[in-house]
Amino acid sequence: MSDSTCQSEPSTGAVLDEQDRAIVLATQSGLPLVSDPWAAVGQQIGMSAEDVCRRMQRMQEIGVIRRIAAVPNHYRLGYVANGMTVWDIEDDKIDRLGREVARHPGVSHCYRRPRHLPKWPYNLFAMLHGRSREEVERQAEELAALLGHASRDHLILYSSRILKKTGLRLAVDSPERT
Amino acid sequence: MSASTTKHDIAELDDIDRQIINRLQDGLPIVEAPFAVVAQELGIEERRLLERLNDLRESGVLSRFGPMYHAERLGGGLTLAAMSIPDIYFNAVAEQVNAFAEVAHNYRREHRLNMWFVLATETPERILEVIAAIESATGYPVYNMPKQEEFHVRLYLPV
Repeated sequence: MSDSTCQSEPSTGAVLDEQDRAIVLATQSGLPLVSDPWAAVGQQIGMSAEDVCRRMQRMQEIGVIRRIAAVPNHYRLGYVANGMTVWDIEDDKIDRLGREVARHPGVSHCYRRPRHLPKWPYNLFAMLHGRSREEVERQAEELAALLGHASRDHLILYSSRILKKTGLRLAVDSPERT
Repeated sequence: MSASTTKHDIAELDDIDRQIINRLQDGLPIVEAPFAVVAQELGIEERRLLERLNDLRESGVLSRFGPMYHAERLGGGLTLAAMSIPDIYFNAVAEQVNAFAEVAHNYRREHRLNMWFVLATETPERILEVIAAIESATGYPVYNMPKQEEFHVRLYLPV
């Protein structure tokens, strides 16, 4: 096989067809750890290695696949302090400040989410990971300094146990639209 | 499903493990013979890379290796949800919640809201149905906190 068998073709939009969906179903729990994973996936679903590779390239180009990657167990790598920091940010400042928080190198995920008043006033979530709680607290202080008075209150919710971690299982239906 | 089987021991890793973990958190290239490409970058044999990766996954140092799909772009629903469960019922309720295939991750956190899980469903509409089913199975309210804006998603834990 030459390199040209796995070149990407121009993408034609975000719509997935039946074959793309078959690839999603076959790989959502993981990619076979073999020399030619595309062939191994193709064998399961009756598709050529070239086709699997080309379709996965396209799905990555259009953002359906964020990336194909190793997902570590935080704890086993020594990241025993995993803090979900939550912030009560003035609504008219959250777009700008959310982007600034997201740029902090320690932040892995950063989202705006709805408040549940009166008990839950927090609308900005930023995940921090450290080898100790002190490390997470130091990063949280940096975020607090960055947010200033726009943050009325914040908390760090540490995870104390992983109860389940299977990754997404996206049982993909046939497209309803034709 | 057991609620407490995850190993918490910090793994003993050598330099090759560290290089592999760091390199592959960043993503496998989608090219022909992708592991050979990465092995060459790291200066090890492809067979060795695959053996190490298998071991890291088997031993739970890696929770998984594979494509990270963007649920919403696949037409699915995704949300973060939280519950407040009294300590004495916590394990039983964790088992009930984890039994839902739509629950992708579930963490215990130190707060009055002590159970936090991600739901991924085939369709956005299905999120509310699953939440209602969890409330009915457990008898406790579920706080739905869907993302309204995504500022950043990129987990990278260097070792």
